[in-house]
Amino acid sequence: MKILVAVKRVVDYNIKVRVKPDGSDVDIAGVKMGVNPFDENAIEEALRLKEQGKATEVIAVSFGSTANHDVLRHALAMGADRAILVESAEKLQSLGVAKLLKAVVLREQANLIILGKQSIDDDAGQMGQILAALLDYPQATFASTIKLDGNEAIVTREVDGGTETIALDLPAVITADLRLNEPRFVKLPNLMMARKKPIESINASELGLDIQPRLTLLKVNEPPVRKPGIKVNSVEELVSKLRAHEGIQL
Amino acid sequence: MKTLILAEHNGKELSPAVQQAVTAAQFWQAPIDLLVAGGNDAILQTAASIQGVTRVIHANAAHLAHPLAEDIANLVVSLAEDYQVILASHSSYSRNVLPRVSALLDVAMISNALTIQADNTYTRSCYAGNVHYVVQSIDKTQVLTIHGSNFAAASLGANTEIINIDAPAAFTKTRWVSETHNLSHRPALSSAKIVISGGRSLGSAEKFEEVLSPLAAKLGAALGATRAAVDAGYAPNDIQVGQTGVVVAPELYFAIGVSGAVQHTYGMKDSKIIVAINQDPDAPIFQVADYGLVADLFDVVPKLTEEVNSRN
Repeated sequence: MKILVAVKRVVDYNIKVRVKPDGSDVDIAGVKMGVNPFDENAIEEALRLKEQGKATEVIAVSFGSTANHDVLRHALAMGADRAILVESAEKLQSLGVAKLLKAVVLREQANLIILGKQSIDDDAGQMGQILAALLDYPQATFASTIKLDGNEAIVTREVDGGTETIALDLPAVITADLRLNEPRFVKLPNLMMARKKPIESINASELGLDIQPRLTLLKVNEPPVRKPGIKVNSVEELVSKLRAHEGIQL
Repeated sequence: MKTLILAEHNGKELSPAVQQAVTAAQFWQAPIDLLVAGGNDAILQTAASIQGVTRVIHANAAHLAHPLAEDIANLVVSLAEDYQVILASHSSYSRNVLPRVSALLDVAMISNALTIQADNTYTRSCYAGNVHYVVQSIDKTQVLTIHGSNFAAASLGANTEIINIDAPAAFTKTRWVSETHNLSHRPALSSAKIVISGGRSLGSAEKFEEVLSPLAAKLGAALGATRAAVDAGYAPNDIQVGQTGVVVAPELYFAIGVSGAVQHTYGMKDSKIIVAINQDPDAPIFQVADYGLVADLFDVVPKLTEEVNSRN
């Protein structure tokens, strides 16, 4: 059984991005990039399923320019067997990426697709659901545990107020929450070996899909800043300050 | 054309965020239908009482007792051609369902819109709330979730017509198995007026409970936690406040022993008043706090609990 994982290249989670002075986009020139953290959970889970003998191959796929080679190499260094880059010079949005990903899933005949539940740049959290819909596959989002049993995946999902467990017939799409696992640390020799592995390239335009952006970015703003607060010296002072606010009864 | 709201409920009651979705939907000045999938009489009565709704559409079927994304998406899509706008308040429920709907309609979805403007234009927050994108959709059907706390709740008191429809056949490739609820006598985190959040400085699950619970009890507050506190096992995952957890905007927010990572402040910076208690005067949480107290939380939280008690 093949597992496909998608890997997005995003600004490192420790970096606070800045808006370009003309407000046209965020300024990420020269900023440290890396694998979307939730995608690392997805890769890790795929590798563990392979190590348990439940899967035969783990394939990592990414979308965009050859700059994505670094995140695919990271996936290979973690232990993925193969990597595919779907190259596109165009700016890709969720729906377009999902269509490309669907084409790769069908080409590879992958039985399980594990994605991160959201990317930390767009914060949209749509990809898994869109992909599952396009393929008419079952979906399990925000997974905190995954068990494979024959042709069935039993997934516990983190939802508002608790958890939900559902059973999915394979093939299926699952999106990873952070608590699914603790991604392994990549050792330097593995990273060196990953550099030698080939990365297959597919040209997005050859797949003949409508991947045009549907959302036009009009402007990028810094959010309004909160007014600076004050330091208080004691609990008494804090409580009296709070009580001075309308509607707060302590 | 009309606007359709996917109404969330937990099988017992309607989510209060539906009222915020109704206010958001009024932007389009078109008739608003409220879709209730499954649910009981109490849920339907509340839905029918929301002012500004044209019709409540009730779809009932055995397989909707435990709603799966696949079934709810198929239901919404079966109605979609009558609607220009399909929306819901942002939650783990709508985040699960509406992207699936958008894909079946071949349109882009707008997640967690902060504002709605003319010409299918929306503000969204990206990069853990550090950046706001203004985006315009070119699609003919708008599918979106809205950031509930940015919209006032529509009032109750109406008596709207309820119509019953059949649901499409069940999607059999996914089956509901079980669910767990983190039972709590406290108010729901996402709608509480006061939220008290603890960070890793609490040091253990026992201390988390021992220090924060009495204060929460006295203030009738909901408890929240940082991701670090949840990962360390001090608090259950469903009370995580932040980019990957719940986003809250209460009247009063206490950040106790919270350092203030952007992933956390994303989830609470829209609170009306923020109080931070932390031993480290340089903790970033003080940059978003209205009132900061540099102190040992184990000293001052019990004092604070006593203080609010003594004046009750």
